[in-house]
Amino acid sequence: MAGTAVPRRLTWQLAEVAASNLETPETTSLVFDVPDWPGHLPGQHVDVRLTAEDGYQAQRSYSIASPPENPRLVLTVERVKDGEVSPFLLDELRVGDRLELRGPIGGYFTWEAARGGPLLLVAGGSGIVPLMAMIRHRFAASGDAPVRVLYSSRTFIDVIYRDELAYLTGLDSAVEVIHTLTRAQPADWQGYRRRIDKEMLAEVAWPPADRPHVFVCGPTPLVEGVAAALTELGHDPARVKTERFGPSGG
Amino acid sequence: MAGFVTRGFRGRRRDPDVAGRVPPGQYVTPDFPVLSAGPTPRVALDGWDFGVGGEVERAQRWSWEELRALPSETFTVDIHCVTKWSKLDTVWEGVSLDTLLELVEPTGDYVVAHCDGGYTTNLPLEDVTGGKAWIAYAYDGEPLAPEHGGPARLLVPHLYLWKSAKWVRRLEIVDDDRPGFWETLGYHNRGDPWLEQRYHGD
Repeated sequence: MAGTAVPRRLTWQLAEVAASNLETPETTSLVFDVPDWPGHLPGQHVDVRLTAEDGYQAQRSYSIASPPENPRLVLTVERVKDGEVSPFLLDELRVGDRLELRGPIGGYFTWEAARGGPLLLVAGGSGIVPLMAMIRHRFAASGDAPVRVLYSSRTFIDVIYRDELAYLTGLDSAVEVIHTLTRAQPADWQGYRRRIDKEMLAEVAWPPADRPHVFVCGPTPLVEGVAAALTELGHDPARVKTERFGPSGG
Repeated sequence: MAGFVTRGFRGRRRDPDVAGRVPPGQYVTPDFPVLSAGPTPRVALDGWDFGVGGEVERAQRWSWEELRALPSETFTVDIHCVTKWSKLDTVWEGVSLDTLLELVEPTGDYVVAHCDGGYTTNLPLEDVTGGKAWIAYAYDGEPLAPEHGGPARLLVPHLYLWKSAKWVRRLEIVDDDRPGFWETLGYHNRGDPWLEQRYHGD
């Protein structure tokens, strides 16, 4: 399995902010130069550590949005209301600032182009971030795995990577992105208009007989519901990998 | 990276009343986040059983009713997840591993927990004896919800929560330590939150 390489000590490294790109009103992609980055697999995350002048420290985990092929490390961070760390990262951190991070972490929720497809990626909100690393890697590695992405967002402006996803699906018809907007939809909206349910998955997902690699990432209720529905539809639970974002943190 | 300061970061100091109960790098949450690597297994209680075997004098197996009939404890503990959240004063009910192990008499020194869904985790016996570990089947006075590991999970609150295997079905006593699921995927073999043993080499 990917990620079972020889255990390596994870040391803290200084990462410098090279760019900061607003993705949606509540999410920003932070682009870092990490001089000794050891490389990562799509789907992995890093720990970020912030230190105040008096020595107080806070740590959080963030999914990596960039593919391994990218020389810079990209973390897409969503604002947690009243959070301790994400408001600092989004409002205070500037280009040229440095922070400590270590990784990559997590060797299970990962996919590499060499493993082939088909790939079913199901995301809710910022759960798209580790899946985006897989999608970007699939293109960067010139892979040909068929990919279907089912992506649930609250409203149109909350869709992270909206333009890039549209661009990538235009490049290769083997990659499809199906959106659902749960709270409000533009007047001419063609996609789904409800939370992801079993019926939607039956319409969108590859049939179980195709033995897709399935990755589900999002808030706990979405992940629980999607994983249970996929199992009911006949997908092998061992091929459904999940990652969850709790409501807490910051 | 001693002495490094993140420009502009102030952070929130911990509530002094609980600061001594929060391990390094952790923050306190009032929620109960859910983390697991795959779909939540759902099993019917009438087909459910729990067993302890391997290097023991008398392997044992308990049905749901039999497990519930064993002497139980209600206990209040703090729990710490490697993903950085800690939750204080959580109230559980379950059977102490001391009670279970007394019945099987282990001869090996390590335990591997096996779970529905295929998850495994490893512990030295000394980390699950002496009032430090339980098979828990109730949380906050209610039956343990499936997403939190119900019908029953291992609970070893003095170690990071990935050691507290959800949906546990078997404890296998072994002579030699045998790293489990996350332990072979880069996480620390023991996972003491007070020593911040998150990953290999910590």
